[in-house]
Amino acid sequence: MAALSSPLRVCRGILREIRAMKGPDYKQTLAYNYVLDQFRKNQVSSERYCRAQVEALHASHTYLCLLASTRHHLTLHNLYHGKGERGPEEVAGIVGLRLPTQPGGKGWEK
Amino acid sequence: MLRNLIRLHGRTCCAVLERWSGVCQGGQARLPTLLENVKAYSTATSERKKFYQDVSISQGEDGMFEINLDRRKLKTPGGKIFTVPNEALAIAVATEWDSQKDTLKFYTMHLTTLCNTALDNPTHRDKDQMITAALKYLETDTICYRVEEPPGLVELQKNEWDPVLHWIEKRYNVVIGSSDSIMGPQIPEETKDTFRQHLGSYNFWALTGLEYVINQLKSVVLSFGLIDRHLTVEQAVLLSRLEEEYQIQRWGNVEWAHDYDMYELRARTAAGTLFVHLCSESSTVKRKLLQD
Repeated sequence: MAALSSPLRVCRGILREIRAMKGPDYKQTLAYNYVLDQFRKNQVSSERYCRAQVEALHASHTYLCLLASTRHHLTLHNLYHGKGERGPEEVAGIVGLRLPTQPGGKGWEK
Repeated sequence: MLRNLIRLHGRTCCAVLERWSGVCQGGQARLPTLLENVKAYSTATSERKKFYQDVSISQGEDGMFEINLDRRKLKTPGGKIFTVPNEALAIAVATEWDSQKDTLKFYTMHLTTLCNTALDNPTHRDKDQMITAALKYLETDTICYRVEEPPGLVELQKNEWDPVLHWIEKRYNVVIGSSDSIMGPQIPEETKDTFRQHLGSYNFWALTGLEYVINQLKSVVLSFGLIDRHLTVEQAVLLSRLEEEYQIQRWGNVEWAHDYDMYELRARTAAGTLFVHLCSESSTVKRKLLQD
């Protein structure tokens, strides 16, 4: 159940997400430098099962999941739920009706 | 066609009234009135433009990190200065603010929301109240609620949920058990006490995050599995939505509902888990000399 992907894949995934998020100058972001730094620091460990390494890998995997899922969620939101409301004239036009016009304005309008 | 007219108001804020009008104003602390809260809620649903170019972090004298948007310091909706205890969390929050384009979409900034809740504590709860609220989910834990039919789902629940239950019973030396009655499992008092003691060892910030995760996954068992790094976020979300996944496999997937909900749940759970881990760990770098 605790099989995580390799650190290299997670690192690449995070950097890819940062690039997708930021654009061309993603290498100057705080997150990019910090993530690379952390991965380099945690690379060397003499123990065979280093608990700190496993914890760091899990944390980085979680962060990758966070970045990827917020991006997908936002994409889906913009695709399906992003259009907002239509105006009353458009809504009427969908079923082939038109809003009534009343010259002189309605009674309560000033 | 009517579905397109439904705007997702509820996503922006649930229990916490986000007073985003308080962000980055030369803040005098004001007591929130009902009208102000209503006004703030309405600004939360209308669009706020991105008013900054650069996001950076800085460290104050007491070791806490702050976020700077252009020149101004970020503030919580309650008017306090936004401070976080460690650098990793500060960078993650700064990345969230940095990733906004044109308009600010607060429903994508989960870590910021969690930090705001921890800093402001708008419902004025203390640790014990939060622990009690979290443990309430144990009685109706998703993992413990089994169905009797259809047989495919019964089988799936047994294969997927039982290992997690065994793991937590062994790890914490408790008895939970599962049941398929409508009353749910009977949780003995010792189990609750064990968990209460364990939850009490987390600090206030980590507890905020943990309660958030439990709230999202609707399961104490799965949340502990996540926090103890036994499960990944994707696995925990899958187990939490097991019945939905079963129905999707049977009847098909609807992207604008199923995938949408799944990604949102993943994002929130990942944010909560990361928040707990970052707030409860302290890292030191020990340099060992390589022996030739």
